[in-house]
Amino acid sequence: MIPGSLAANPRLDRWVTFEADGRVAVAFGKMEYGQGIFTSLAQMAADELDVAFERLDVTPAATGEIPDEGLTVGSMTTETSGASLRQACAEVRALFMAAAAAKLGCDPSALDVRDGAVLRDDAPSGETYWTLADAVDLTRPPTGEAVWKSPDRLTQVGQSQPRLDLPPKVFGAAFLHDLLPPGMRHARILRQPNPEARFVGLDEAAVRRAAGEDVDILVDGSFVALICATESAAARALAAAEASARWDGVRDVPPAFGEAVALTDMPQTIHTAGDPAPDHSNRRRLTASFSKPYISHASMGPSVGIARFEDGRLTIWTHNQGVYPMRALAARITGLDAQAIDVIHGQGPGCYGHNGADDPPIDAALIAMRRPGSPVRVQWRREDEFAYAPVGTAMLIELSAELDASGRLVDYTAEIWNTPHTGARGTAVAESALPGYVAPGPQPPRLMPDGSRFSGGLLNAIPSYDIASKRTVEHVIDPSPIRTSSLRGLGGPPNAFAGEGFIDELAEAAGQDPHAYRLAMVSDPRGRAVLERIATMSDWSRRWETGTGRGLGLAYDRHRGAGAFCAVVAEVEVEADVRLVKLWCACDAGLIINPDGAKNQLEGGMIMAASWTLKEQVKLGGPGIASTTWDDYPILRFDEIPPVEIELLNTRDKRPYGIGEISQGPCMAAIANAVAHALGARLRDLPLTREKIAAALLKEG
Amino acid sequence: MTGAIDFTLNGKAASVEAVAGTTLLEVLRGDLGLMGARYGCGLGQCGACTVLVEGRPVNACVIEAAALAGKSVTTIEGLGTSERPHPLQTAFLDLQAGQCGYCLSGILVSAKALLDTNPAPSRAEIATALNGCLCRCGVHNRILDAVALAATRMRDGVAA
Repeated sequence: MIPGSLAANPRLDRWVTFEADGRVAVAFGKMEYGQGIFTSLAQMAADELDVAFERLDVTPAATGEIPDEGLTVGSMTTETSGASLRQACAEVRALFMAAAAAKLGCDPSALDVRDGAVLRDDAPSGETYWTLADAVDLTRPPTGEAVWKSPDRLTQVGQSQPRLDLPPKVFGAAFLHDLLPPGMRHARILRQPNPEARFVGLDEAAVRRAAGEDVDILVDGSFVALICATESAAARALAAAEASARWDGVRDVPPAFGEAVALTDMPQTIHTAGDPAPDHSNRRRLTASFSKPYISHASMGPSVGIARFEDGRLTIWTHNQGVYPMRALAARITGLDAQAIDVIHGQGPGCYGHNGADDPPIDAALIAMRRPGSPVRVQWRREDEFAYAPVGTAMLIELSAELDASGRLVDYTAEIWNTPHTGARGTAVAESALPGYVAPGPQPPRLMPDGSRFSGGLLNAIPSYDIASKRTVEHVIDPSPIRTSSLRGLGGPPNAFAGEGFIDELAEAAGQDPHAYRLAMVSDPRGRAVLERIATMSDWSRRWETGTGRGLGLAYDRHRGAGAFCAVVAEVEVEADVRLVKLWCACDAGLIINPDGAKNQLEGGMIMAASWTLKEQVKLGGPGIASTTWDDYPILRFDEIPPVEIELLNTRDKRPYGIGEISQGPCMAAIANAVAHALGARLRDLPLTREKIAAALLKEG
Repeated sequence: MTGAIDFTLNGKAASVEAVAGTTLLEVLRGDLGLMGARYGCGLGQCGACTVLVEGRPVNACVIEAAALAGKSVTTIEGLGTSERPHPLQTAFLDLQAGQCGYCLSGILVSAKALLDTNPAPSRAEIATALNGCLCRCGVHNRILDAVALAATRMRDGVAA
């Protein structure tokens, strides 16, 4: 069987080459931005090829240089790219074994490889990958017959390998933001206040005065760019342009649209799936309504992009999630043939989904097409990143359940309101400013390979338990009142927050301990092991009475119902605010490539989820997003970070699952459940702020 | 124009011409081509641009270049190199204390300022010293551990 990415990029030399003596170049189509995938994929390749990790060079991402694997999304790199790279390496190794056997006049079964050297009956044969390289044609497709190493023969996979991408980051040299091609010019964009606004004019003299040096004011429709020799001058020019710009068609967004409940009144389509409606027997029925607000990716570095148009070719430098999707986007917007566009990737700040990274490269490309020759750099400001990058959609999640006489959950309905989780994918914010722009209609449904409808809003909509009867009702609001797109985990983490909060309420209604209640509904042994382990790690049996101001909360989740198993316990203290005392996580994600890297990802997901849970909400006002500084959009700080303890289970024998998105949902729910335990009152609307705590206590009291 | 501003940058004499109102970050990344201090917010809210002025952490994005005349400035480039790393940089690599790394320049120099005045900080003291720096990837615990590890090694005189 040939994995999908390899089937789509079938030439083996697109994945592995031996051009430099003693070196192995590996290429794949996924982007590094701190998740550690360069390192973990290189570990897999080194293991399949039997070469030392240090011999590997990961090919920098650029169109034409790496296989096309689309976007780096969904925490899928280890699963999809990893499978293709392992298969490619296994195929390459088999070809070299056949070539060595022919040259040495022996059977391939007598041969082995140790650090790239071919062994014959365990003795050096004099041949290596590099002596044989000219004799092996890697321009061929895979056969699908080469077999991966069995887990017991993996020696590099499973080792904590220091990340390849980290050293430059501690010495101050790493990012695309720092790239200065010769002759580069700096531009800032005078952005439309809202996509419908049309540019009328600005005070050119004031802009030139403010810049203090030459400024090229580019106007095409409502696309307005200020281009200077230095970034400082462009920044000054923009400030003056913003102060004097005149627009038609500015419209304000009501601040109340920032609340999830406002979604219910907006134009929507409804999609139902699952079992028929329950017969409303005499079983006990419970309902509850949860919500999460719009959440920003809030990347540390505002996005940047560089573009140059010269001799009919457009070159784009980007830190986005995929060079080929960037090429397709640029081709659509500029009208150039994709083959006339080169895209080169550079390191950027963590994006956690579809943040602003796609946009400045398109801004820069639009300028470069109109000002050929010099490279043009567009650096977004912090307020641009907060205001114009897509945000994760708000969600309203109404849950209902029926319990049988023993209190067991037997019927479950999730009704969800959200905008499309991947709404702004394949678009750029600059498009609406261009002459002739027509706003796209509602997104067509995205289909899974089996033809069923995919919706990010339905991920983990049903909790990961043995439930006899279950259904979903999804309300998709399209167009969205603000620009929304993929945020780490899509609907999975919010649905887990809601569902696992609700499970705690059901346990309480059934008069059972939250851990015992869950365990009784999990038959999968791997899920049970994770739940049992988290109880031991967190000393769950010490859990005390409700309403003491101190809380212990649990949540469990199988990622997307089919991936890694993850359980989190949170301990909190609640006075005016929530203080995180400690977080624990037990996780079975199958084969772990880089244990230290996996723990780093799991913990990062937990801390981000804690920040979402306690602090974060995009606020609307004026023509769009009003929370445009870190003061308006606080995130968790160093003095609020609890200790975190993580254990990985079952790390060798099973297929690997992605781990980048699995810990947030359980962590959000565990914190909310701990807060409910501490207060004796449940907060169902994120974030769990001081105001909401006070309101919940008043209502309860 | 402000005219020439003379100061000490990473131990060496530096001089720049800057328009009034130009920030230290603009001078570092623009005129001087030192890209280690990051642009994060421009409002002194995130700490990504932190550098040391006279040994104290400041947000380079809000301090005027003109205020530096005669002062000493240390950036991440002055902390250490891959050949001669500062013990903090070694500890951050040993504990893999980073993901995307965009915040690390500011955090590393802030940590240096702390250790220069408090060689044995508690975890709470480290957290307080780094509280002006945001990290979105959630690597805080590793960073706190790495600063503590560097402090221990520096006290024990372990070579980086």
